[in-house]
Amino acid sequence: MALTGLFLCSFLVVHLIGNLPLLSGDKEAFNGYAHFMTTFPLIKIVSYLLYGSIVLHSIDGILLTRKNKAARETDYVKYNGKANASWSSRNMAILGTLTLVFLIIHMKSFWYEMHFGSVPTYISEEGVELKDLYTITVAAFQELWYALFYVISMMGLGFHLWHGFASSFQTLGLSHSKYTPIIEIFGKSFSVIVSLAFASIPIYLLLS
Amino acid sequence: MKFTINVWRQSGPKEKGGIATYKVNNISDDMSFLEMIDVLNEQLIIQDIEPVVFDHDCREGICGMCSMFINGEAHGPGRGVTTCQLHMREFQDGDTITIEPFRAKAFPIIKDLMVDRSAFDRIIQAGGYVSVNTSGNLPDANATPIEKQDADAAFDAATCIGCGACVATCKNASAMLFTSAKVSQLSLLPQGKIEASERVLNMVKQMDLEGFGNCTNTGACEVECPKGISIENIARMNRDYISASLSSK
Repeated sequence: MALTGLFLCSFLVVHLIGNLPLLSGDKEAFNGYAHFMTTFPLIKIVSYLLYGSIVLHSIDGILLTRKNKAARETDYVKYNGKANASWSSRNMAILGTLTLVFLIIHMKSFWYEMHFGSVPTYISEEGVELKDLYTITVAAFQELWYALFYVISMMGLGFHLWHGFASSFQTLGLSHSKYTPIIEIFGKSFSVIVSLAFASIPIYLLLS
Repeated sequence: MKFTINVWRQSGPKEKGGIATYKVNNISDDMSFLEMIDVLNEQLIIQDIEPVVFDHDCREGICGMCSMFINGEAHGPGRGVTTCQLHMREFQDGDTITIEPFRAKAFPIIKDLMVDRSAFDRIIQAGGYVSVNTSGNLPDANATPIEKQDADAAFDAATCIGCGACVATCKNASAMLFTSAKVSQLSLLPQGKIEASERVLNMVKQMDLEGFGNCTNTGACEVECPKGISIENIARMNRDYISASLSSK
């Protein structure tokens, strides 16, 4: 859970940087990035590692939740969870499920279209044939409900990371009086920055 | 003070339980929670109702026997206290108080609020000991130098009274705080280092066999622990477990 989670966090950073051209309206940079990501051999290997991590993280999460639910057969009549634990730490399974549903829809919209769909192509200034994913992406976020779904999903992801980032270090046994507070602050900043930055893309494209 | 008590009644391990409601009057705010239950039980005896069965022993916060899940929290709303150290002044006059047993598959209910916590004993039996030659030439405990930091950390872990509040409060009914405290109190000291790898593997294995859940690091256990055992112990156990698993034959 921890290892796959942290690997997925590193992916978020790369994915965010790659998608920043959407905010500056740089069609060439975005399509060039998409082309690079689908054709460069090393990225191909890493991408399989990524798909594997998503599947493993999800299966692990389902098994963990099932086992943990089974450890308490009768629920409490009254359970005051907020007295001793954060909301996100108590709802990781729900937040994770929301993120997975988002991911499936997100991959169907862009990843599937890019790989197997009929994305229109054009010849770039450098003379390379590029798929115009930029236009498809911009068009998709003109729909209010679609943009809204992305923003809500990113908030879900943010809360998932709010607990998940520092939690993975604890699971791996990496706890230290000097470094743990730094990891916790970094994890919380990471969750806020990453989720807001991703959410800003559909908001920007919807409004522009 | 006056209270309405919603308490879990269950006549046996296999019987179906449910909440029963009673009223108690004339409760002093200086009474401990257990004394309030004593008053309630006296009243029930007079009314010819079977008294509420609950665990208790020392009534001074060191034995770990008193359990009870009070208003949704293990040992009630106080911090760093067991149920016998919880005073009625923590509640408002006229409050409704809900009392349930500690709930976990590994802690089966015996009757009413009394649960069987012997799963903890079996975890201890799996490795919570140090093998020492006691055949006349007992080593001097103070002959081995121990770093102050380690001695303090081991002592802090050893203050665990095994009450099970960590399991009761954990949304996963995980026993990681208890097990990690017991692993830490020994593995931090030179005498316990010899069996450290074997100990962590065996105790974690037993913990899983007992049917406790897994740790998802919510941190609820350390908040509810009457002895303030830190989840740093859980990280230490995870660390020891990972290295012991990798190096074991």
